[in-house]
Amino acid sequence: MSSINYSEKIPNNVNLSEDRTLQRALEQWQPNFLSWWGDVGPEGSTNYDVYLRTAISVDPQGWAQFGHVKMPDYRWGIFLNPAEKDRKIHFGDHMGEPAWQEVPGEHRANLRRIIVTQGDTEPASVEQQRHLGLTAPSMYDLRNLFQVNVEEGRHLWAMVYLLHRYFGRDGREEAEALLDRRSGDEDNPRILGAFNERTPDWLSFFMFTYFTDRDGKFQLSALAESGFDPLARTTKFMLTEEAHHMFVGESGVSRVIQRTCEVMNQLKTDDPARIRAAGVIDFGTIQRYLNFHYSVTIDLFGADESSNAAAFYSSGLKGRYEEGKRTDDHRLRNENYKVLEVRDGKLVEKDVPMLNGLNEVLRDDYIKDSMAGVGRWNKVIEKAGIPVRLTVPHKAFNRQIGSLSGVRVSPEGQVVSQAEWDAKKDDWLPTAEDRAFVASLMGRVVEPGKFANWIAPPVMGINRQPVDFEYIRFN
Amino acid sequence: MDTPVQTVVIKQHLIDPEICIRCNTCEATCPVGAITHDDSNYVVRADVCNGCMACVPPCPTGAIDNWRSVPKAAAYGIEEQFTWDTLPDELTPEQLAAAGAEAIDELPATAEAEPAAGAPDDASAGEAPFNSAAYGATTPPWSAAHAYTNLYGPRNPITATVVGNVRVNEPGTQNETHHIVLDFGSMPFPVLEGQSIGIVPPGADAQGRAHHARQYSIASPRNGERPGYNNVSLTVKRVTADHQGNPVQGLCSNYVCDLKVGDKVQVIGPFGASFLMPNHPRSHIVMICTGTGSAPMRAMTEWRRRLRGKGRFEGGKLMLFFGARTKEELPYFGPLMSLPKDFIDINLAFSRAPGAPKRYVQDLMRERAADLVELLQDANAHFYVCGLKSMEEGVVLALRDVALQAGLNWEAIAAALKREGRLHLETY
Repeated sequence: MSSINYSEKIPNNVNLSEDRTLQRALEQWQPNFLSWWGDVGPEGSTNYDVYLRTAISVDPQGWAQFGHVKMPDYRWGIFLNPAEKDRKIHFGDHMGEPAWQEVPGEHRANLRRIIVTQGDTEPASVEQQRHLGLTAPSMYDLRNLFQVNVEEGRHLWAMVYLLHRYFGRDGREEAEALLDRRSGDEDNPRILGAFNERTPDWLSFFMFTYFTDRDGKFQLSALAESGFDPLARTTKFMLTEEAHHMFVGESGVSRVIQRTCEVMNQLKTDDPARIRAAGVIDFGTIQRYLNFHYSVTIDLFGADESSNAAAFYSSGLKGRYEEGKRTDDHRLRNENYKVLEVRDGKLVEKDVPMLNGLNEVLRDDYIKDSMAGVGRWNKVIEKAGIPVRLTVPHKAFNRQIGSLSGVRVSPEGQVVSQAEWDAKKDDWLPTAEDRAFVASLMGRVVEPGKFANWIAPPVMGINRQPVDFEYIRFN
Repeated sequence: MDTPVQTVVIKQHLIDPEICIRCNTCEATCPVGAITHDDSNYVVRADVCNGCMACVPPCPTGAIDNWRSVPKAAAYGIEEQFTWDTLPDELTPEQLAAAGAEAIDELPATAEAEPAAGAPDDASAGEAPFNSAAYGATTPPWSAAHAYTNLYGPRNPITATVVGNVRVNEPGTQNETHHIVLDFGSMPFPVLEGQSIGIVPPGADAQGRAHHARQYSIASPRNGERPGYNNVSLTVKRVTADHQGNPVQGLCSNYVCDLKVGDKVQVIGPFGASFLMPNHPRSHIVMICTGTGSAPMRAMTEWRRRLRGKGRFEGGKLMLFFGARTKEELPYFGPLMSLPKDFIDINLAFSRAPGAPKRYVQDLMRERAADLVELLQDANAHFYVCGLKSMEEGVVLALRDVALQAGLNWEAIAAALKREGRLHLETY
């Protein structure tokens, strides 16, 4: 059954009140979470009434209930997709066995590591985005930012529930540590690189939600296949929320592009200086931001050859994207996969056992999905009759993880010398000057229906509300 | 089940490829597996989508909420949808009329693709001559009971036991129709009159995929086919011909009609949160149906009949317009005729009765205009239409004519009916 119990301090659909020990543990964690939200959550937003979507049940009618709420009163809770009767593990060495309802002893450490790594990204992005509210390009966008933030908070809850419920004392300690680490902190940083980068402006935010939240989609999809049933059910519900975050990114960048096209057509120019002078973002800058966020994000999938990835798969902890829809043997012991390496100054493909290459498999699935969206952005430019096209850089470009780290590769996929890299990198990655220019455009616009000059209004509002709806009451 | 010859126009559900971000939420949500994707687009299978709207609230973009009026025979296939960069324009009335040249002669009365909820209204539709679907309410009446929906999906179906299967029209006639009773034992499956359930036929299709569920309206009241028992009944017509009249065995209807007492059936649902009956004293119910569209009408009538004995009725009227080819084909004819005349006002239309002119439900409605005019102006009156898609337009037009001939403002009445959840259309 999917109804959520709202009479309790922690809304849930997992019969929390029947497990008093767990309930008390989570009720002790709850004030720490709220204090974390107060410290590093969206700046200055405590008293706003925000038009937010809240889940009241996990069925289609119930999970998207809209209304104005103050963010600290958002009903963060524990929601799992309904259990599938007699679910079986459908890949790896345990294929065909019943899915685990408790953590198997031999996989405990690996599962905890997977959950902590996923859980750590959720509060990290809230921290990264906490100042953005001060420079929102519209009330509509500000509301979308806050929706993303509260749902990242809920995703933290989802992971913390698993840690508390299934991992005993270690789990409780890990749950505390999730609130202690800070994005970008020198002494106690977040676990993954991309989550210690700054999100200084709204173009970064849109790129982040497009590229990096899409990484979230693929990681969660792979975990939704897990043989550990509570993890699969939790991540399935998270995926429905994650979709909104990718929407914010894809439509955000698309609207930036739309506006740039409008101004270029009005001025009949493609001169970046004139475009910038008109207060919109030139395509060179957009392309460099894209290159940066894309390359940083594909690092998140991990090393191209990984024995951990093989172990996670074979032991049934983490599947592939859409594992259930694939038609191979779901064990992969005899399969190979191509990964890149540098040999004699050239990028070449080599075969590795597919089990060891599973990070690369997921990365390639992600790349395909990402490129499709960039294609949709190009349609906007094409419609405006402008010959420019955005491109996705080569997957070896600007990598910090795996065998390609330390190799200098151009966006086109040519291995280049350090000297050439140094000479060209300002054409490829955002410069301090690019960032300063984008930052100079960031002024707060929050009157209903008004939009900053550098971004076009959306096609439609949230939940079929008009675009000029009062999405936030500032009180 | 019989209606005048006309083109069957459906509201085809489509996803706007320009706005869609390919997040997969709709595909993951769809209870009947109607949504799929390739590397470029997310698309909807017109022959599977039942308009239940479960995919609409979870869509982050609004791309999901697009509908086009198209002749059913010319619905956009998924291969074509995969190639789209933008949605096609709405067909013009002329294009729709041109498609009417290939009008489908007669549809088999199949309940296999029964919609779960009212058809969506379409603000973006072109100037169609008369769009009956736009008049259907999407909210229930104010005194409807709360409906539970989607308690069980394709991944967690509930198992029901067949406890009854009887034929409910005369043997030897066409359109063999069965009354099936399913029991849920100790598992929760709360339903209301007007809701439907999905039955998952066993086995797999030629590609090895499990069959998708077929939806059937519940024919029993909320407290069970047998009062106080955890069971529901369905009205299922055995499908033996396709839309062109070629012999075809309906996969699920034949499975269901052949079930034996004691067989186990996989069920999903319940579905539907708007086609629900009013529960307040003095509320009137006007029911207009053909063939197996009688299922929800039987459920509502039976619930009222059970309440009547307890004196909770206070003069609320029941009025039924029921169409079939002949008296012998009409489901539940015997029990219907034994209902007291002061309880329900029954009007039967037979389109193939030997030696009598063809009569359709809308003909009877025009004959009863004097009574319908009063009900159209009564805020306690609720109208329910269920049956073949092709009857819907005729029925709504009949209501309009009744109003106009009495000098009433039809658009104002229709707007109130829709707003207040008092006109419900469920056609397939």
